[in-house]
Amino acid sequence: MELTGAEIIVRSLLDLGVRHVFGYPGGSVLHIYDAIFKTPEIQHILCRHEQGAVHAADGYARVTGEVGVALVTSGPGATNALTGLATANMDSIPLVCLTGQVPVDLIGNDAFQEADTVGITRSCTKHNFLVRHVSDLARVLREAFHIARTGRPGPVVVDLPKDVTAARCDYVHTDGEVKIRSYNPTVVGNSRQVKKAVAMLLESSRPMIYTGGGVILANAAPELTRFTRLLGAPITNTLMGLGGFPATDPLFVGMLGMHGTYEANMAVSHCDLLVAIGARFDDRVTGKISQFAPGAKIIHVDIDPTSISKNVKVHLPIVGDVKNVLGQMNALLEAQGAKDHQPDLKPWWDQIQSWRDKHCLNYTQKQDCIQPQFVIETLNRLTQSGAIVATDVGQHQMWAAQFYPFDRPRYWLTSGGLGTMGYGLPAAMGAKVARPNETVLLITGDGSIQMNIQELATCCQFHIPVKIAILNNNYLGMVRQWQEIFYEGRYSHSHMAFGPDFVKLAEAYGAVGLRATRPEEVEPVIKKALEIDNTVVMDFRVAEESNVYPMVPAGKALNEMILL
Amino acid sequence: MRHVISVLVENEAGVLSRVAGLFAARGFNIESLTVAPAGDEQTSRITLVSEGDDEIIEQIIKQLNKLIPVIHVVDLTEGAHVERELMLVKVTAEKEVRAEVLRIADIFRSRVVDATPNSFMIEVTGDATKLDACLELLKPLGVIELVRTGQVALSRGNRGMIKN
Ligand SMILES: Cc1cc2nc3c(=O)[nH]c(=O)nc-3n(C[C@H](O)[C@H](O)[C@H](O)COP(=O)(O)OP(=O)(O)OC[C@H]3O[C@@H](n4cnc5c(N)ncnc54)[C@H](O)[C@@H]3O)c2cc1C
Ligand SMILES: Cc1ncc(C[n+]2csc(CCOP(=O)(O)OP(=O)(O)O)c2C)c(N)n1
Repeated sequence: MELTGAEIIVRSLLDLGVRHVFGYPGGSVLHIYDAIFKTPEIQHILCRHEQGAVHAADGYARVTGEVGVALVTSGPGATNALTGLATANMDSIPLVCLTGQVPVDLIGNDAFQEADTVGITRSCTKHNFLVRHVSDLARVLREAFHIARTGRPGPVVVDLPKDVTAARCDYVHTDGEVKIRSYNPTVVGNSRQVKKAVAMLLESSRPMIYTGGGVILANAAPELTRFTRLLGAPITNTLMGLGGFPATDPLFVGMLGMHGTYEANMAVSHCDLLVAIGARFDDRVTGKISQFAPGAKIIHVDIDPTSISKNVKVHLPIVGDVKNVLGQMNALLEAQGAKDHQPDLKPWWDQIQSWRDKHCLNYTQKQDCIQPQFVIETLNRLTQSGAIVATDVGQHQMWAAQFYPFDRPRYWLTSGGLGTMGYGLPAAMGAKVARPNETVLLITGDGSIQMNIQELATCCQFHIPVKIAILNNNYLGMVRQWQEIFYEGRYSHSHMAFGPDFVKLAEAYGAVGLRATRPEEVEPVIKKALEIDNTVVMDFRVAEESNVYPMVPAGKALNEMILL
Repeated sequence: MRHVISVLVENEAGVLSRVAGLFAARGFNIESLTVAPAGDEQTSRITLVSEGDDEIIEQIIKQLNKLIPVIHVVDLTEGAHVERELMLVKVTAEKEVRAEVLRIADIFRSRVVDATPNSFMIEVTGDATKLDACLELLKPLGVIELVRTGQVALSRGNRGMIKN
C-alpha cells in the first residue's frame, strides 16, 4: 500500500499501539497533523507549550509503562521540548518525541525554523534519528519505540524533514521483534552471580535492601515484595523507587538520602550487606560517598552496566532486568528455605526500632497556621492513599514523598534526576489521560506551578480533571531553606513577594479555584475539590518558613542527618 | 595508564559526534582518535587512546558500549596487539643538513615524500614511541610543521574482534 510519509507515521503509531499523542503543531509538521486529522483512532491532545507536551507524554508513560508520544514542530518546537526530554532521560522514562525538521535539502542552510535537533538532543536522549528517506521511516519508528522501552528505558527523538513526510512509499505492516545488531541489553542475570548473591544474603546478619526507579520501570514490584518478605529484611526506596514496595508494610523504613528518614539512613550506614536493586547511587542518596555504607558488602542489580561501580565500588555486580534477577533469586531462596538459613535478624531489627523511635518526620500543626505537611496528610487521608500523585520540585515534593505513602508502583510521578520545576501539571495531565478513572493529584508550590500553568487550558479543553494542591508559601521554599541554613538567612531572590490570585486564575481558565487559609479549612476544601468533576486549583496558604527535615547537608555523611 | 580502545561501529551519519560528544560531556580524556570505514561498507572502526585509572577506563568502555550504533568495544591494551601511527614531517634541509635528514629518515625506515631545495617532507610509520624518537632527532634541524594520524591498532593472533 503506497502512503505518504505522514500517513506512514500515523499508521506506524497505530500499529505500535499508540492511542494518545501530546503535541503542538507548526509548519514542518503540517503533513503529519493532516494525517492525524483523518485518523480518529488517535487522540491528539493539544498542549499549550511543547515542554508541557513532552512532560504529559512522560506522565502518561510513568503510569502506564508504555511509551509516551509527543509531536512538535521544528526549531522552537524542538528547543521547547528539550527540558521535557532531559527530564525523561534522567529518570529513564520511555518516550518517543517526533520533531518536525526543514526539508532535507535545506538542512544546514539556516533555513526558517531550522535547529540542529539531532545535535542538540544527543546528550539528553537515549538515542535519536534523522530520517532522510521515506523508505526508512517505518523501520526507524519501530526501532525508536523498541529502544525507548527496552533495556534501560529513555526518550528517543525522531527528526522528520517535511519533504520526507510528503514523499510516498509502500507501507507494510510488520510485527515481531525488532533486531538491532548493535543493541542487545542483557536481561537475564548471570546464574553464578545470582547464586553468590543468595549465599551472601543468607550470611548477612544486618542486611539492607535499597531499591530505586529500576524496580518500577521493570514492573518488578511483586517480585521485590516477595524477595523482601522471604528475607524479612528492612527495605528503603529512593525517591524514584517509591511504590516499588508497600510503604505501609512494617519492613519498609522509608525513603533514604538527603531528605530520607533517620531510620533508613542509619540502617544504610550500619548494615553489613547492602542490596541495591535498580538504583544508581545518586549523590542525593549517598551523601558523602566515602562514608556511604562503610561496613557493607554491596550487591548491585542493574540493567545498565554504566550504573554499576560508577559512584560506589560494588562487590557483586549483576547485570540484568530486575524482574528476572529477582525471580532468579526468589527461586533459590524459596528452594533453600531462606529463613531457616539466615542469622537471627532480631538484634538488627531492635536497633532499627531504636532509630524509628526518634519519629523523625514529626511536625506540629498549630491552631492558626496551616503546616504544609498537614495538607499532605489530609490529602492522603481523604484519598485513602489511593491517588496518583504528581509533584513539582521543591519542599512540597519532599513532603509529598515523606507524608503520602505509596503501596503500589506507578502512582508516583516526580522529576528526580533533573529536578524540573514545571514538570508536575503536565505530567499529572498525561497521567489522567491514561487513567481517567483514577484520582490524579498534583502537589506543587507557588513557584513551580507558574512554570507550566498554561496547561490548565489543556485540562479544561479536553476535560482532564486533575486536582491541584498548591502549598503556597510565597517563597521558592527549597531555595529559601538552603539560604536559611547555609547562607545565614540571606534570602536572595527566593521571596516571591508577588503572586497571582490562584483562585481567580483558575476561574479565568475555566477551572475551579478554592482557598484555605486556616487549618480547619483544609479538609473541607479538599473534600469539595475531590467531588467536583473539573480541574480544581486549591490554594493552601501555608506557613512561610517551614523546613524539610530530616536533612543531610550536602557533602555530609548519611549518619550526620539534621533532625528537627 | 594509557589504553588503546578499539570500537566497531555502524557506519552511519553522526556516529563520530556521538563518540566525541560522550567524551566531552563526561570529561573523559582523548589522546587520539582515528576513524575510517572498516572495509565492509557497513561498519567503521574507531581507535581511541585514552589515559585514566581502571575505574575511568571501565566507565569509558561501558559508556561506549551503551551508544546504540556501537557494535563492539575492546581494550586492546589488555592483550598483545600492534599499534601503528603515521606522521608527515616537513623539515628545513639546506646544503650540509640535507644528508643528515636523509640519514635520520633512513634509521627510522621512513621515506621522503616531497623535497624542495631547502626542505624535505618525511613519512614515518610506527608506534608512538618510534615517532617521538624520530621527531626528537629532527627537531634540532628545524621542523616546519608536522601532522600525525593518531594510533590505529589491532590485536595479535588469528582472531577478529567479533567471533564469526
Ligand atoms: C529537591 C530534590 C531532592 C531529592 N532528594 C532525594 C532524597 O532525599 N532521596 C532520594 O532517594 N532521592 C532524592 N532525589 C532524587 C535524586 O536526585 C535521584 O533522582 C534519585 O535518587 C535516583 O533514584 P534511583 O537511584 O532510583 O535511580 P533512577 O534514576 O530511577 O534510575 C533507575 C536505575 O535503575 C536501572 N534500571 C532501569 N530499568 C531497569 C530494569 N528493567 N532492570 C534493572 N535495572 C533497571 C537504571 O539503569 C538506573 O540505574 C531528590 C531530587 C530532588 C529534585
Ligand atoms: C526549572 C528549575 N529552575 C530552578 C530550579 C531550582 N529550584 C529548586 S527547588 C526551587 C524552589 C521551588 O519553589 P516552589 O515551587 O514554590 O516550591 P517549594 O519549595 O516552596 O515547596 C527552585 C527554584 C529548579 N529545580 N528547576
